[in-house]
Amino acid sequence: MQPSSAMTRRLVVVFAAMALLLTACGTEADEATTTEAPAETTATTAGEEATETTETSEPVTVEIAANAIRDGKNSAEAIWIEDYVIPTFEAQMEEQGRDVTVVFNGRGVDDEDFKAQLALDLGSASGADIISIDGIWVGEFAEAGYILPLSEAVGPEVDDWEGWDQVPEAVQQNMSYQGERYGVPTGTDGRVLYFNKDLFEQAGLPTDWQPTSWDEVLETARALKAALPDVTPLQINAGTPMGEATTMQGYLPLLVGTGERIYDEESETWAGATAGTQAVLEFYESIFTEELADADLQIRQDGRDRSFQDFAAGSIAILGEGDYFWRSVVNPQEGIAPMENRDEVVGWAKIPAQTPGSGISGQDFVSMSGGGGRVINPNTANPAVAWELMMFINSREAILEFLAGQARISQRMDVNEEVLAGDPFLSYVADEVLPLTAYRPGFAIYPQVSVLLQEASEQVALGTSAADAAQQYQSDLEGLVGADAVTGG
Amino acid sequence: MADTVKTLQDRPRSLGSGGGTLSTRAAGGLLSPAAVLIVVFLVFPAAWTLYLGLTNYRLTGAAAANPQFVGIANYTRALSDSDFWNSLWVTLVFVFGSAIVGQAVLGFSLAWLFRDWKSRWRQMVELLVILAWIIPGSVVAFLWVAFLDGDSGTLNSLLGIDTEWLLRRPLLSIVVFNTWRGTAFSMLLFGAALASLPPSHLQTARLAGATGWQQLRDIVLPSIKGYILTNLLLISLWTFNDFTPFLITGGGPAGRTELLPIYIYKEALTFFELGYGSAISALMLIINLVIALGYLRSMRVRT
Repeated sequence: MQPSSAMTRRLVVVFAAMALLLTACGTEADEATTTEAPAETTATTAGEEATETTETSEPVTVEIAANAIRDGKNSAEAIWIEDYVIPTFEAQMEEQGRDVTVVFNGRGVDDEDFKAQLALDLGSASGADIISIDGIWVGEFAEAGYILPLSEAVGPEVDDWEGWDQVPEAVQQNMSYQGERYGVPTGTDGRVLYFNKDLFEQAGLPTDWQPTSWDEVLETARALKAALPDVTPLQINAGTPMGEATTMQGYLPLLVGTGERIYDEESETWAGATAGTQAVLEFYESIFTEELADADLQIRQDGRDRSFQDFAAGSIAILGEGDYFWRSVVNPQEGIAPMENRDEVVGWAKIPAQTPGSGISGQDFVSMSGGGGRVINPNTANPAVAWELMMFINSREAILEFLAGQARISQRMDVNEEVLAGDPFLSYVADEVLPLTAYRPGFAIYPQVSVLLQEASEQVALGTSAADAAQQYQSDLEGLVGADAVTGG
Repeated sequence: MADTVKTLQDRPRSLGSGGGTLSTRAAGGLLSPAAVLIVVFLVFPAAWTLYLGLTNYRLTGAAAANPQFVGIANYTRALSDSDFWNSLWVTLVFVFGSAIVGQAVLGFSLAWLFRDWKSRWRQMVELLVILAWIIPGSVVAFLWVAFLDGDSGTLNSLLGIDTEWLLRRPLLSIVVFNTWRGTAFSMLLFGAALASLPPSHLQTARLAGATGWQQLRDIVLPSIKGYILTNLLLISLWTFNDFTPFLITGGGPAGRTELLPIYIYKEALTFFELGYGSAISALMLIINLVIALGYLRSMRVRT
């Protein structure tokens, strides 16, 4: 068959048209993502105008994103959002004659992966309208311009919210950066040592255990190892696969127990290979060389999940974790490694300083606290509605609903007063642990320092000596923040 | 090589002889959609990566809002970073072990062993080998994690031991994995190459009293040398850029299986150092080019 030149021309036209069509589609999609990406399912037409017209009955969709998913990670939060927040808020809006749809975009992934996804979303000016983030990401997200102070993302009216009076200053700090509120916190937490009372009984140890020094922890672990050879006595998180869980549950509680902080505000320096750092790494060295802890658990990819399962199965005796562990991991109803008899079997103790009185501020016991919160995406097409939803989420009634049967320190004092008394573990954390606690420095660079701490502990878990790991950490830290800003070495 | 070149050159001629010739303008028109797509999706991102590699751009923090031009600082940092060299070494061992030794040798052996078989056995074995190649990576990774698991893995059950393969022998584990995964391609390619050998050559050699090894060394290998080099070129580059082992080991423990693509992924998307990650990507591109040029040169030397 001979293709005629007319046919060729027609082909060219067809291809050119297709090419144009392709590029046109591309532009349209791009514009859509920049102006109204959060409301992917809405019929709203434009970004700026929508802000002005929220008072009309035009249909509006708001999306909530959180690292929570039904029957998985943070299941209780996902269930609360889907079964309570969304229907109740939508009904309230309907009463006012407004057509508001709330969509929940839940995930159940590692925190680090969730963070990367959020950074990519926000960096490309898309993402959900209300986003849950860890307090420690606020600095780097704010510096990047991904999130704005609430008074800019929504408007000055956010300062008039009645709820601020109910949120303690220290908790507000979790979601603040350089004196500005970037989001509404979701409460705070504390860290303790959990232990299995059954195993303690079998080993002939007291079930009202409260160690007063690192040596006592080690002594108990040795006694457990001698009595129960099949049980791993101790799990203090180390290594990079556990990410921030290593820093918060392992490294930093140990460091504050030596009287040092990772960042000293007076001298504006980071702790390098100081005496405290050496002591922390030597503690890790002894638990791994004496095989009081399972070094493999620290370097395998699913180490943290396995540590949960092992504790629930009674093959780990002592485990350092936050109160998250109590309510979301071994919780008989909603936990990811549920323990039927949690209330009878799981005991808890404060984390001791290295020796009595050696902790920060001369404390005998220490803890670390963090906490997340919710921010409003600066790219939202409906900041006013998003803020209304945010106020609803953080209202007294909504939080009471969320806390039903859960051990958690909420952001609101009026709620805590009401709920605290009912739960022995919750009141223990609030009364005994929180007064001792310390917070991480809210700098954008902190997460990178945190990775160096994880790497140092990982090296020890792999068999490097504490001294060598400390030296390597010192030089890595100097490379990151500059030699002038590092002490020790 | 000569054979492949010939077939490549034959193709346009046979197409062209069937129809009329397109004018330059018409040909340009027909090519332009493809050219536009290539520029948009290939050339532009590549140039953008090179540019990012010269900045301190990060995914979060102040450097995300205002990236600064830092010249070759990312490159000097990479070249003085022991993690980069570790990663490069791991990658080279992985390519040598799993692609060159593993896939090519095993693929050729299978093709050679089965060259005269016409039975169901051959089809069965070929089917199994090809299955390993076509199952999606995420599924395969899950299978291998279960296979190598220390507590209840299939391998340990078969051997009656309890070794944590992915922690004690991580690099060996992914080398064996990738050999298993990719042998099919080499087997198919060598099978086709062996089938193209004139049977009379081997018959003559056999009549002259040549042993199997002598036939292989003096007749088969020289005749299919072009195929061998093409195969090595392709599988080396594929393996060099392979990310699937991440799904099994995550690059761990402590960087022992941290191939270059995984190293880049971690720097760029775990530590958010997009500028630095882009610079290492550019370095990786250069290494790819060196490998490709090395193979192409040895092909040219032959002809």
